[in-house]
Amino acid sequence: MFEEAIGKGSNKVRNTVERGAVRKFADAIGDAHPIFVNEEAGKASRYGRNIAPPTFPRVFDYGEIVGLGLPSKGLIHGEQIYHYTRPLLVGEDIHCWTEVKDYKEKAGKSGTMGILTLEGKGEDSEGTLVFRAEQVVIITEAVRKGMEA
Amino acid sequence: MSAIAEKKVGDTLEPVTLSPVSRLDLIKYAGASGDYNPIHTIDEEAEKAGLPGIIAHGMWTMGNLSKLFTPYYDEGFIETYQIRFRGMVFLDDVISLNAEVSEQAEGKITFNVNAKNQKEEDVLKGTVVFRTY
Repeated sequence: MFEEAIGKGSNKVRNTVERGAVRKFADAIGDAHPIFVNEEAGKASRYGRNIAPPTFPRVFDYGEIVGLGLPSKGLIHGEQIYHYTRPLLVGEDIHCWTEVKDYKEKAGKSGTMGILTLEGKGEDSEGTLVFRAEQVVIITEAVRKGMEA
Repeated sequence: MSAIAEKKVGDTLEPVTLSPVSRLDLIKYAGASGDYNPIHTIDEEAEKAGLPGIIAHGMWTMGNLSKLFTPYYDEGFIETYQIRFRGMVFLDDVISLNAEVSEQAEGKITFNVNAKNQKEEDVLKGTVVFRTY
């Protein structure tokens, strides 16, 4: 049901890697390491500033894909991949967008599953790609039927 | 702590066992990540979704797992972090985090990583490619 959405994307949205957001996030995953949260440690590091944990892009706004109406409930996160060219730096702006990469349907034990692959990207102010984030979302038959109803 | 670049195939990183998963852990993660899906924080909503109780965000566990690599950021960074969500994490589960070198190449160390619950079942499984400077 999402086949026609393949290739559709959102517009770029500017996000800032905010110091407070990074601290809160690092704390929430039990990883308040000085490289993430201590300004002096960041300055003394090879990065010259603090960096963000690798799963931090979860907090970014990737904009909306027009016409892709995903339900707010019942989606299953199947797989997640991050690919980095370098770590995210605290204080920098990252421009993010997302695209529907793939959609397939597969017969499973509990009916037909929809497998939706979304790809988010983030580039810095120079236009250099910093990360790609691929997310595989499983849409069960029950959830899909609910959407059609 | 020995340098990550010196690790050989079969070597492991210091494993971490988390405190039993608490509701507060998940409320904090919801706030920090902006993922307010109520199946992670509200019992009634989890039950309505057919779950025995609230479950942890998969991304909470994935976030925790990455901390095995945090002490090594002066040597390199996580280039690829790939995870499959294999099982649900419930309140009071005790999760252990593990990483083992599967491949060692010039400037690139690949790890098999997993998070297991107290029954030794994989809840997350995947790979980390750590690029060294």
